[in-house]
Amino acid sequence: MIQPNFPHRHLLAIQDLTQSQISALLDLSDGYVERNRSSESKSNDLRGCTVINLFFENSTRTRTSFELAGKRLGADVINMQVSASSVTKGETLIDTAMTLNAMHIDILVVRHSDSGAAKLLSEKVNCSVINAGDGAHEHPTQALLDALTIRRRKGRLDGLCVAICGDVLHSRVARSNIHLLNAMGAQVRLVAPRTLLPADISRMGAEIFHDMREGLRDVDIVMMLRLQNERMKGNFIPSIREYFHFFGLDYEKLSVAKPDALIMHPGPMNRGVEIDSDLADDVERSVIREQVEMGVAVRMACLDLLSRNQRVEACR
Amino acid sequence: MRTAATGRVAYINARLLDPATGLDAPGALLTDGEDIADVGPRLAAEGLAEDILRIDCKGACLAPGLVDMRVQLREPGEEHKETLLSAGMAAVAGGVTSMVCLPNTDPVIDDVATVEFVARRARLNGLAKVYPYAAATKGLEGHELAEMGMLAEAGALGFTDGTRAIQNAQVMRRALSYAATFDALFIQHPEEPSLAKGVMHEGELSTRLGLTGIPVAAETIILERDMRLVALTGARYHASHISTAEGVDVIRRAKADGLRVSCDTAPPYFALNELAVGDYRTFAKLSPPLRAESDRRAIVTAIEDGTISVIASDHAPQDQDSKRLPFAQAALGGVGLETLLPVSLELYHKGHLSLLELIRRLTLAPAQLLGLAAGQLKKGAAADLVLFDPDPAWIVQPERFQSKSKNTPFDGRPVQGKVLRTVVDGRTVFAVDE
Repeated sequence: MIQPNFPHRHLLAIQDLTQSQISALLDLSDGYVERNRSSESKSNDLRGCTVINLFFENSTRTRTSFELAGKRLGADVINMQVSASSVTKGETLIDTAMTLNAMHIDILVVRHSDSGAAKLLSEKVNCSVINAGDGAHEHPTQALLDALTIRRRKGRLDGLCVAICGDVLHSRVARSNIHLLNAMGAQVRLVAPRTLLPADISRMGAEIFHDMREGLRDVDIVMMLRLQNERMKGNFIPSIREYFHFFGLDYEKLSVAKPDALIMHPGPMNRGVEIDSDLADDVERSVIREQVEMGVAVRMACLDLLSRNQRVEACR
Repeated sequence: MRTAATGRVAYINARLLDPATGLDAPGALLTDGEDIADVGPRLAAEGLAEDILRIDCKGACLAPGLVDMRVQLREPGEEHKETLLSAGMAAVAGGVTSMVCLPNTDPVIDDVATVEFVARRARLNGLAKVYPYAAATKGLEGHELAEMGMLAEAGALGFTDGTRAIQNAQVMRRALSYAATFDALFIQHPEEPSLAKGVMHEGELSTRLGLTGIPVAAETIILERDMRLVALTGARYHASHISTAEGVDVIRRAKADGLRVSCDTAPPYFALNELAVGDYRTFAKLSPPLRAESDRRAIVTAIEDGTISVIASDHAPQDQDSKRLPFAQAALGGVGLETLLPVSLELYHKGHLSLLELIRRLTLAPAQLLGLAAGQLKKGAAADLVLFDPDPAWIVQPERFQSKSKNTPFDGRPVQGKVLRTVVDGRTVFAVDE
């Protein structure tokens, strides 16, 4: 039967998921964390299943994480790195989708620089689509791995206060996290200069701050966002120096958060831009490496659930 | 070189003017060291201690020193036109005890080091206090944001591209948005750059003189655009030297809509009109240009009703070589520090404003906009004072100016009102010979 807790063919956005569906995914992921840590981390659950990582944007970390997740489950994983500049983007996307569809693959993991690209693909193919990041829209597996990291450390998500800091404007990670944390009953704060906040973002369920010392006061979790290089030189913020001075996370700014507040970052970090280098490596506070580990488990759970749903559908 | 004031000084027999409390009454003011120790109508009535130095004001007005929120300094970069020292001397001769300078120096004030340079150099002179605005965009080029947060921490009172409006609406939006992050004041020179390429007000006179005009729309387009961007970003916005009736209307509407908007004007725009350009007088070539008589009247009305809450000198020194040129080639601007008070007093003498309201627009109103603890006769505040007689008549003679540059549009104008003494931090830094 279709998993009652996860009645989806695709994983496109956190916004499509309910609280119980998110919980189900996290519960399943928990099991994979334990399995990955044991000596028998590999299984054959997805034998014969073809997963294609279709990346229109450069990404080593997310792609590797998906690749590893698929291989641990015994799937055949193929990486396709497509240069976004080769042809007009819209055409490339649809053409590629049709080509892949003809190959009868099972799961397509897509990253694209345009918001809505994963959704568009999902409408054109017969396989399952996992959104591995579309423009500034969503990055659901990142939000899930963040939630898993928090839940395992704090024992819950409900009632926690989470500050997401930095370039919210361009961030799909922030949007997915806002949806997920709200769905799970956490309180979300956004801390950024006004130039890096999109319009009416508070309506998505977040409290807005422009001062780290106010925004981080008594929070349980500090999530830093990556600032892209091309946004550092005068368009959105004046300079790296100024950005770090006011919005970079260091021990001093962190001191107003709860004493056991955790620091997270989706990576890759710009040390000395959004986060102090020592703080990023502080094992007492930083769970940045743990996030990477959780990423593999969460992606295994996603592949597992979607392929189970497929097998049920195929039997009908 | 400054030395700190010590001891106590009583200014007796003064007409005290304090816009903060509405005080306009005979009385006395006592300073102790650098601060105001006491003030009030009955202060000297019970007699003063022996060791207090007495200065008899002989019924003249004692008010907070003027706060001039728009001054162009030429140091660093153009010291042949004005230095921090000559501007400081001109300021105190005009009763100005605090002035805020534009960042359009060379180098531009767009980094922390230059902010600190100006503040330190001015402090050494010990004359009027100098506070800088910093550039809103790097190099005043209108492209990339300047480090507003750090510049504000270093002492910049607000952000502006000086004598240029930011033309690109997206850059302007981000500049306002970024300034609002720190609740910093943005100061705009409201002239659409592509329309402001003329040399005087566009109208019949510019046509007769054969000079390229600057239409009123140059001001209104930028103001209208900016009001929409202010509404979008929630920024604090101040428009400098409003010169047109339509410009005033834009600000009036924006204030009624609840936007955090203010504006100032400068004496030329309520005391002169385009006719001052007359026979190609380059001293009357200002930016924005002197406008039509109907505009001038609208400016006066806006000062009366408070739409224009601040009067600033718009001091812009230019040397002879920059002004002794064909009109189209001559540099823009006029000096204003030493005529700010007497020309503004015309508004009082003509019955447009009470003396107290006029002083408010020259002291407390700009101080409050800029977050300066100046502009009031308050116990414990710095003793920054001006003693003036609003009545004596004299003729503006630029050759007697302290300013290094003599380019005033008020050359030869009969005016009323004289600064008698200027006090900064309890020290007399200017006094007329008795």
